Amino acid sequence: MATRKAPKMMESRQVGRSVLRLEGEAKVTGRAEYVHNIRLPGMLYGKIFRSTVAHGRITNLDVSAAQAVEGVHRVVTINDIRTIIPNPFYGPAFHDQPILASEKVHYVGEPVAVVLASDPHVADAAAQLIVADYEELPAVFDEVEAMTSRAIVHDVLKPAGTFPDLKHLQGKSNTNIALDFHLRRGDTEAGFAAADHVFEHTFRTQTVLHLPLEPFVSIGDATPGGLTIHTASQSPSFVRIEIARLLGWSENKVRVKVPHLGGGFGAKLYIKMEALVAALSLLVQRPVKISLTMEEQFYTLTKHATTFRIKSGVKDGRITARACDVYWNGGAYADIGPRITQKSGFTAPGPYDIENVSIDSYSLYTNLPPAGALRGFGIPQLVWAYESHTDMMARALKLDPIEFRRTNLLREGRPQATGTLMQDAAIETVLDRLALRTNWKAPFERGAGSVKRGRGVAMGFKASISPTTSIAIVNVAADGSVTLYCSTVDMGQGSDTANAQLVAEVLNIPAESVCVVHPDTDVTPYDMATLGSRSMYHMGNAVKLAAEDARNKIEALARELGLPEGSNVPVAELFQKKYKMQAGNIIGTGSYIPNYVPPDKDGLTPNATPFWMVGAAGAEVEVDTETGHVRVTKLVNIADVGRPINPRIVETQLSSAAVMQFGFTMQEKMEFDSGQVTNASLADYKIPSILDIPFVMHNEAVEAEQQSGPFGAKGVGESGTFAVSPAIANAIEDAVGVRLTSLPLTAEQVYRALCAARGEPLEE
Amino acid sequence: MRRTIHFTLNGEKVSTEIAAHQNLVEVLQQRFDLFGARESCAQGLCGCCTVLVEGTAVSGCLYLAAFVEGKAVVTVEHLADGGKLSPLQQAFLDCGATQCGFCTPGFVMMASQLLEQNPDPNEDEIRHYLSGNLCRCGAYPEIIAAVKLAASKARTART
Repeated sequence: MATRKAPKMMESRQVGRSVLRLEGEAKVTGRAEYVHNIRLPGMLYGKIFRSTVAHGRITNLDVSAAQAVEGVHRVVTINDIRTIIPNPFYGPAFHDQPILASEKVHYVGEPVAVVLASDPHVADAAAQLIVADYEELPAVFDEVEAMTSRAIVHDVLKPAGTFPDLKHLQGKSNTNIALDFHLRRGDTEAGFAAADHVFEHTFRTQTVLHLPLEPFVSIGDATPGGLTIHTASQSPSFVRIEIARLLGWSENKVRVKVPHLGGGFGAKLYIKMEALVAALSLLVQRPVKISLTMEEQFYTLTKHATTFRIKSGVKDGRITARACDVYWNGGAYADIGPRITQKSGFTAPGPYDIENVSIDSYSLYTNLPPAGALRGFGIPQLVWAYESHTDMMARALKLDPIEFRRTNLLREGRPQATGTLMQDAAIETVLDRLALRTNWKAPFERGAGSVKRGRGVAMGFKASISPTTSIAIVNVAADGSVTLYCSTVDMGQGSDTANAQLVAEVLNIPAESVCVVHPDTDVTPYDMATLGSRSMYHMGNAVKLAAEDARNKIEALARELGLPEGSNVPVAELFQKKYKMQAGNIIGTGSYIPNYVPPDKDGLTPNATPFWMVGAAGAEVEVDTETGHVRVTKLVNIADVGRPINPRIVETQLSSAAVMQFGFTMQEKMEFDSGQVTNASLADYKIPSILDIPFVMHNEAVEAEQQSGPFGAKGVGESGTFAVSPAIANAIEDAVGVRLTSLPLTAEQVYRALCAARGEPLEE
Repeated sequence: MRRTIHFTLNGEKVSTEIAAHQNLVEVLQQRFDLFGARESCAQGLCGCCTVLVEGTAVSGCLYLAAFVEGKAVVTVEHLADGGKLSPLQQAFLDCGATQCGFCTPGFVMMASQLLEQNPDPNEDEIRHYLSGNLCRCGAYPEIIAAVKLAASKARTART
């Protein structure tokens, strides 16, 4: 007879329970606090005047007409900013981005001046009266051309000094390469020479936009002796440290507060407008708010376009050698691009066990808007290439795509290209479930007439960004109620709820009773940032440690009061006994940084990541051969998620990550003309609507034990993005026999490929 | 050019001074501290600013405040009755249909209107009716499930 757990025990468990989001009620009633709700007494609104050329020297900047408009408080340029911040350049990897354009502009849309007024409409109208003249310079837009172009984006490279692998670039000139990462394992040339077959393909991805529905918004509020910044940011601790550095202040004079975020996806990382509003507020000694429009988001941060040349040698069905050349289009400022180039770059050979590997991954400056991390930290671009490539090889070798992957899979305990072992990721189970959920072995209906059907699969993997730190504080009040202080930003992923569940599990209280304090650097301790699916693991560990510390202190208090071990006296009574009234606190703290070994000169390390994430997708498509239109009728997403802390939220994370990547796969593309974005609005840049998504979506979280994670958990925010694009391209080839090598997979692309395949190519 | 308008806001008669160019979202936020309707795309394409004017959903970012003179305006803040969530709001919570929450009020307003017009919509009807609201977090499957749940609970209550 099967045993069942008693319902009461199930209820008492806080981890593994689909607790409803703590902030859900505030969100469905429209009462959740976002930065856009905040208005401060005397607040001015800033409107940004932006560059109209992609690369040029500013020869004249005339703000007099704007300054003369009634209601304009002040027009600010970089010269004014320098009176507050003498060296006004910021960035996480390079100190390359000026708070406002300084001498030169490097992309169309770069902020050049700001108009301040009490009425945002006045600021907006006045900004249009500013006149700038430029001496135009040669510009470069393509990442491969940038390698050898005579157009050089920055005269001198200025690495921030925080990352050791960027130090050799200090002071370098005459180059657009902001990081070159190289990995050598075995001997790829010998591997190719010994192979039965060698395949080489080139794949490209397009520039796309995060497009959170809450556009960037920040408020600077100069206070006597300090500064408060209210900002929609994923990285309040970084903002504090960077603003303090720019001002030459101590950290504790800068307070950064983050309420709810209306979406982030990597856009709101590091510094965006925080340095600008800080400088403006200090300059005019009034609160200053800048709310970007939807259009302005297109000039702020994008996702890297890439070119990936991949070459593989295959012998007896096994991939024996692989060479990867990856070029990342970083735009005009490095942002976090150099880290993507390395931290994701080292996974470019894919989740396969390959003896001989070389990787050359280049972060490139171009004269496009800056690019950064977008839900996957570069992984979806890499998986797009290596899984399209995998499918093309399987097809050419007449091997079943799933079996070909299974033969070559990087199994538990085997070294990845860096030498770091694959561990605690249910990689084989993910592939098995993918085969199961796509009914891979069953006969497949191929369609009739002009509509052909096909199916495809793909899988990818990701390392966590390491080494990074998280700190948490758990505060037990005198009535036994518990508050968690941490700087993880809940931007919709459900981290407040999940962290509350961890605290609740340790302290044996209901998760719903835990108060989670939103990031406020005067109150909540340091956290590296909310990015790269790191929070559940890193902050989760810190939160668990903090809760355990609090529990230990409660037990110590009981001992101090002479209570016998295990007497289970309610916490409130302990405080009452100790302080003779309802008074006091117990503070538990936890800090977490995983072990890490930096790569050697060959890019090798035994510990590149504290955990691996695996994501797979299967797609069924219908392709109309008369129009090229593709309809994805079914999308299967499988990912290993460690042990889910909140199963419902985990599933929605998988599903919604896949929906986002579906947009990047089928429809989204920023169009440029001489560096100018030509579709900078929701009218022209279409994100998926409720009508666009696949009618059937199946999401499955494969459980595994991440031994080093809190209660076995790991991050899950990105895994659903990894494999969607190649799964669909592979399905299209399966349906109609044409291979698309660049995204997005539009009807036009498919139709052109169909015409070309029958020897009747269309004109461009 | 400033003028005073009079209208009914969430069941209460109100008046306020506006400028001719101000849209409804701006006035709701600045004059009445109602932030549930919010501007995102500013083109009437995302639905984040959805409010009801005379019982019909409109994009508050494109609707000039001057036009609500003498009319009845309802915002998301009015749906919860005395602090108790509407059945649809509760269904959004239960189905995990809210992530970052920025689009949620717009979806809730639009779906409320759907259920008023069509208490028993099928999935196709739900998708078509809500196609003017965007959710960048991609919670569409959960939103569809929430509308279905609210409809089925209302159905059970009727029988």
